Amino acid sequence: MITFLIRRIFQALIILFAMALLIFLAVYAVGNPVDALLSPDATQIERQATIEKLGLDKPLYLQFGLFLWNAVQGDLGTSFVYGMPATEVLLQRLPATLELAVVAMLFAICIGIPLGVYAGLRPHSFGGKAIMTGSILGFSLPNFWIGLILILFFAVYLHVLPSGGRGETVSVFGVQLASLTKDGLIHMIMPAFTLALYKVTLVIRICEAGTREVMSQDFIRFARAKGLSPARIVWVHVVKNVMIPVVTVMGMEFGALIAFTVVVETVFAYPGMGKLLIDSITNLDRPVIVTYMLATTLIFVVANLVVDLLYAALDPRIRISEEAS
Amino acid sequence: MASETPIAAAGTKALPAAPAAASENLFRKQFFRLLEGRGAAVGVVILSVMVISSLLAPWIAPQNPYDLTQISILDNILPPGSTLSSGKTAWLGTDSQGRDMLSAILYGTRISLGVGVISVLIASVVGATIGVAGAFFGRRADTIIMRIVDLQLSFPSILIALVLLSVFGRGIDKVIIALVAVQWAYYARTVRGSALVEINKDYVAAANCLQLPRWRILFRHLLPNCIPPLIVIATIHIAGAIMLESTLSFLGVGVPVTQPSLGMLISTGYDYLMSGRYWISVFPGLALVLIIVSINLIGDRLRVILNPRLVQ
Repeated sequence: MITFLIRRIFQALIILFAMALLIFLAVYAVGNPVDALLSPDATQIERQATIEKLGLDKPLYLQFGLFLWNAVQGDLGTSFVYGMPATEVLLQRLPATLELAVVAMLFAICIGIPLGVYAGLRPHSFGGKAIMTGSILGFSLPNFWIGLILILFFAVYLHVLPSGGRGETVSVFGVQLASLTKDGLIHMIMPAFTLALYKVTLVIRICEAGTREVMSQDFIRFARAKGLSPARIVWVHVVKNVMIPVVTVMGMEFGALIAFTVVVETVFAYPGMGKLLIDSITNLDRPVIVTYMLATTLIFVVANLVVDLLYAALDPRIRISEEAS
Repeated sequence: MASETPIAAAGTKALPAAPAAASENLFRKQFFRLLEGRGAAVGVVILSVMVISSLLAPWIAPQNPYDLTQISILDNILPPGSTLSSGKTAWLGTDSQGRDMLSAILYGTRISLGVGVISVLIASVVGATIGVAGAFFGRRADTIIMRIVDLQLSFPSILIALVLLSVFGRGIDKVIIALVAVQWAYYARTVRGSALVEINKDYVAAANCLQLPRWRILFRHLLPNCIPPLIVIATIHIAGAIMLESTLSFLGVGVPVTQPSLGMLISTGYDYLMSGRYWISVFPGLALVLIIVSINLIGDRLRVILNPRLVQ
């Protein structure tokens, strides 16, 4: 297990390093980094200071080293728009996005598992077929367009849900959370549902395949022979077995969910870090763009690492095959 | 149906070696099998209508939305069914600059489909070449290529595209480059997989015995035999490419305002949505959904036809 752990952490570090290199090359090495990092109205003295701080007179690999060294210390430059360190700007927006992603994840699981298991239990019934055909629609619909349609119906025509914003927040240990207030939750319904839709489809597909496979196995036949009620067979024996792949895939998809908040937050004017990224791209606020990319990579890599480790703890076969290779 | 599938699949594999007439016949047969699926048949019909009408846009569209002499600002934001100042009827309404939405959608579909298809074509050529080279040269080249592929596929494509476009700026060519950069890895992985199977077959050994140059074995013998699985993946990925392009354009980093794709049209309509003027956003969105759903329906059926294991 230790070997496995070390190997995985090492791999995660390589990914982080590769992404940092890519971002460095994209933002610093291509074009003039001074233009990218300073606002156009900066004075000559400020320019000189930045050139010295970034070590632009040094060879490229030394510059990359300096960039990494500063990044590790949390110094990724100062945002032009907000006038404070880019990492601080991002950290202020992070809770909103994480909250949204977690609520979306819960939506996906609560909607996806019952529908998927039902479709798997009755694959030839009308309901089962309708769910599976509907799931094709689920991943064919562009995320942002669904958001617009929801706004049109629930906010513009019916006036039952707010069209955007985050609503009221409460401060918990200095972190602003919206999921603890009624107003915040109401503001979260549409964005979270839009974000969850694609994952609902995924959960339905996994559960359907999983249920069909589990239902044909001997232990289900045995449970039936033992006289267990169908409800108990489904909820205890089938769902439990189906949950393992669902949890794994959901863990891996968490990073993708964070990435897609960029779209959903733009549609619903939700003040998270995805909206921040788009605003920063429009305003050419490069320090914030760099910080966003590195932070998302970090979240992504950590989520994958946690899933891998959990999975290895749950399923010894993976551990062994990894160690053998 | 289950009994004829393996034969058909075996036929597909033998396709490159078969004489031209037979392969044409086979193609027709596969096409009819595609249409047997009800969903796929609907998909083919919808997609054909969309593709043909967008290609014919300059001739069938009520007006040219780029030609400023044909549009009048006085016609702006008219609801569907209104009469334009030129006397024509705007069946889908007009946008904020007085353009007829139907014409804008026809021209926008052209751009969306074009960007999708071109980027998939380039990405599959690039990916296939890299993938087959990896499998052929093996060892270190293969390991390095596959590591890069794994790394890239573990990342959400929208993030990679956003990074690239935030550096490049807007433009149709730049969107295509970003889409290629995002997609090539899928094709590299697929082609490498089939190349590893093909490389052990007798015809490669025979080519080696004839001492043919390596590039010739690679491109003339190995690559053509890895193409069939690539076609299926490419078809399905056109939908993904179109969706990604529209998302990027919606976010304002994709195509320029002067060449609006469907995503861009939806984005401009977003500002008017709040006041209930739905048509500027909703109709281009419907066109986009129709394209993507029909490609996915066809893709689903293709997967079933070309993979006998999926037919139970």
